[in-house]
Amino acid sequence: MRFKIVTSPHIAQNVSVGQVMRRVLYAMVPGIAALTWFFGWGILINLVIATVVALLAETVMLAVRGKPLALHLSDFSAVVTAGLLAVALPPLAPWWLTTLGILFAIVVAKHLYGGLGYNPFNPAMVGYVVLLTSFPREMSAWLIPHGLDQPHALTLLETLQAIFHSELPARFTLDALTGATPLDALRTQIGLGLTVTEIRNSPVFGMVAGQGWEWATLSFLAGGLWLVQTRTADWRIPAGMLSGLAVIATVFYLIDPQHYAPPWFHLWSGAAIFGAFFIATDPVTASATPHGRLIYGVGIGVLVYIIRGFGGYPDGVAFSVLLMNIAAPTIDLYTQPRVFGARRG
Amino acid sequence: MSRLYPFHGGLKTVRHKTESNQQPIQRAALPRRLMVPLRQHIGAMAKPVVASGDQVLKGQMIGQADGYISAAIHAPTSGRVATVETRPVPHPSGLPDLCVVIDSDGEERWVERQPVDYRALHPSELRNILRNAGVVGLGGAAFPSAVKLNLSGHRERLETLILNGAECEPWITCDDRLMREQAAGIVAGLHVMVHLLEPREVLIGIEDDKPEAIAAMIEACAGTGYEVRPAPTRYPSGSVKQLVKLLTGKETPVEGLPIDVGVQCFNVATAYTVHRAVDHGEPVISRTVTVTGHVRQPGNFQALLGTPFAELVEQAGGYQEGVERLIMGGPMMGFALHSDEVPLTKAANCILAASAEELAPTQPVMPCIRCGACVDVCPANLLPQQLYWHARAKEFDKAQDYHLFSCIECGCCSTVCPSHIPLVQYYRYAKNEIWAQEKEKQKAELARQRHQARLERLEREKQEREAKLRQKAPARAARAESEGGGKLDIETAVARAKPHPDAANPAATRQQDA
Repeated sequence: MRFKIVTSPHIAQNVSVGQVMRRVLYAMVPGIAALTWFFGWGILINLVIATVVALLAETVMLAVRGKPLALHLSDFSAVVTAGLLAVALPPLAPWWLTTLGILFAIVVAKHLYGGLGYNPFNPAMVGYVVLLTSFPREMSAWLIPHGLDQPHALTLLETLQAIFHSELPARFTLDALTGATPLDALRTQIGLGLTVTEIRNSPVFGMVAGQGWEWATLSFLAGGLWLVQTRTADWRIPAGMLSGLAVIATVFYLIDPQHYAPPWFHLWSGAAIFGAFFIATDPVTASATPHGRLIYGVGIGVLVYIIRGFGGYPDGVAFSVLLMNIAAPTIDLYTQPRVFGARRG
Repeated sequence: MSRLYPFHGGLKTVRHKTESNQQPIQRAALPRRLMVPLRQHIGAMAKPVVASGDQVLKGQMIGQADGYISAAIHAPTSGRVATVETRPVPHPSGLPDLCVVIDSDGEERWVERQPVDYRALHPSELRNILRNAGVVGLGGAAFPSAVKLNLSGHRERLETLILNGAECEPWITCDDRLMREQAAGIVAGLHVMVHLLEPREVLIGIEDDKPEAIAAMIEACAGTGYEVRPAPTRYPSGSVKQLVKLLTGKETPVEGLPIDVGVQCFNVATAYTVHRAVDHGEPVISRTVTVTGHVRQPGNFQALLGTPFAELVEQAGGYQEGVERLIMGGPMMGFALHSDEVPLTKAANCILAASAEELAPTQPVMPCIRCGACVDVCPANLLPQQLYWHARAKEFDKAQDYHLFSCIECGCCSTVCPSHIPLVQYYRYAKNEIWAQEKEKQKAELARQRHQARLERLEREKQEREAKLRQKAPARAARAESEGGGKLDIETAVARAKPHPDAANPAATRQQDA
């Protein structure tokens, strides 16, 4: 009998890139649900717009680059990019804002920078930063969470109207619906000379961080821990990032607790948790060595604090991730593990 | 329970042990014709000492160990040598090799066997007996055991002698069955090894998915001081360097051998053949082999070396429908064979007939997403994704910077890769390219040296000739003058003093030489 020649190993575990990406999507479900509860339909509509645009852009770019369509579309990487960017956008972001961000993420940051596996920067964060720096007004118009001043008011139809025609129902003005995010409030008011205690008495703040926000953070944490537990994400990156952020926040908090927010507020605010588990853990753009991933995470955490505290933006996860993305190859070079049998030290 | 020192990485693989380990080892039927390769070990091929037409007895030497790293080959049964010629053999290269083809006479007449008392023998005599009995490592590498049983030149004393009964590859159960059934024989062989190596301690490593084998070995070791150490079932714990680490905590240095850290390691089946060779005078002419996978009655067989794989599969009930691949060894490190018309060799611990059911489905390769799953499982603690990156880009020097040659090709990285990249294949390719380049370089260097030497020689000869002529020329001229000779003689002398046209132009001579 004649047989086929194939080299070893002859068996494999049932894993695929698509499976990895789908897990990231599953892990985002609780967080998305919480955001939808507190901020309304806008979150879901943004997700749908982002996904549709991402898949269209992905298809066109794959076709242009001559890649097999079915194989790469089924890896779900474009959907993950869409999801990560969509949840970072204000719930009433106009449709063109979402579209523009996704197009930049998929066409430029993903495909023009090399395609899946070769892009040096996290595509979703590139798209986000492009929007944040180009359209600061639209990007900071976050809704006031449900249950704070008012029961959540916009219906699905009204939300669609707002997103696609920039028309709000007559009973609302944009100013009534939107407000500063907790991090934004903290920044502005510290700038006005208020103390942290005074600021935290404002109704924007809840038990640990922002009203409503803190529940979304908790939901993202649950999904993130599941990612770590299933080894879809390396624990070192979130551990590094959150401990980096916690340590530097603690230092400043101890120096002057009236001027610097406590570490738990920083950990629980803005995109810290979401960024630690969902953004920074993008393996393509992160460091690839075990020690390197810790350092990479710590770097992001520290940068987040610096940007929040001393930079021009209320949150800094996107910038920090991009800054550390470009440091990843160098980190990898200097953090190679000790090979079995190599001399120690 | 003594402590273990876990190695980095590794995998829990599928096991598939029960398919073949439930029945005792069966004696395989005597084949009508055996093809016995003369190279069944690492090192020099055995020199054939029989010719076609010769009658041979069972156990008679038919190939002589040729050099220090070599081992003898014996007739597995009595009969007539049909021919000594190149035949297909089970080797990863797929190349045929020299075999002694024996037509058995069915009488199984033994050559005279001489058991010896190993305690009464000088170590070098004992090693010679093992070499002439063709004892090699039966775990798969087939390294001549006599070489490893000699400490001189390495160190005064051995710290630890390890017997490897881990059998970490899925599907394979020949060592499991051998330990269950021949524990006493294995320990008897171990005594001989201990006599030669005088280790401070003797450890027997067995993965804990073989409780019967562990129990049998513990019983056989009672009162000997040899310690059985059950190890967690984690591939590749049976890989030598990993097992040494696991049991002793010592890391074999990069590019080194376990002996460098005072450890020597043998397979359990090797110990058994040492026992047969010394206490029974029987050379290695058979081995236990697992025949499993997509065959009707998987099991273990004590089969004569040279038995065609096809006949062994036949005795395991034959192929089931849909066998796509025939693998020698396990599914993680074994290699696929073109044909089942190849003979059983000392290195063949398993014949795995695999169908789509057992095999990984062929999946399209995606780009590496640097997820690091390969880093987590690599037992050599390498960065497989970096190695892949450089091997693919043919940056072989960088691949070596990332310790390409520490890769043991265990296959862990490939099996966990979500992008289905055949990583190990890239590493093999890179290693082969580097070896080929080095050979090229050596060849070029040799050619350069030879060319240099030749130029120097020509130059030397030229100068010698000129010096000689210069010495002679004035004398001759003087002689010619004194003889009243004419101008003609002087001209001839001057012409002669000129260098040979060929010598003046080495390039021309080189072309002629070429």
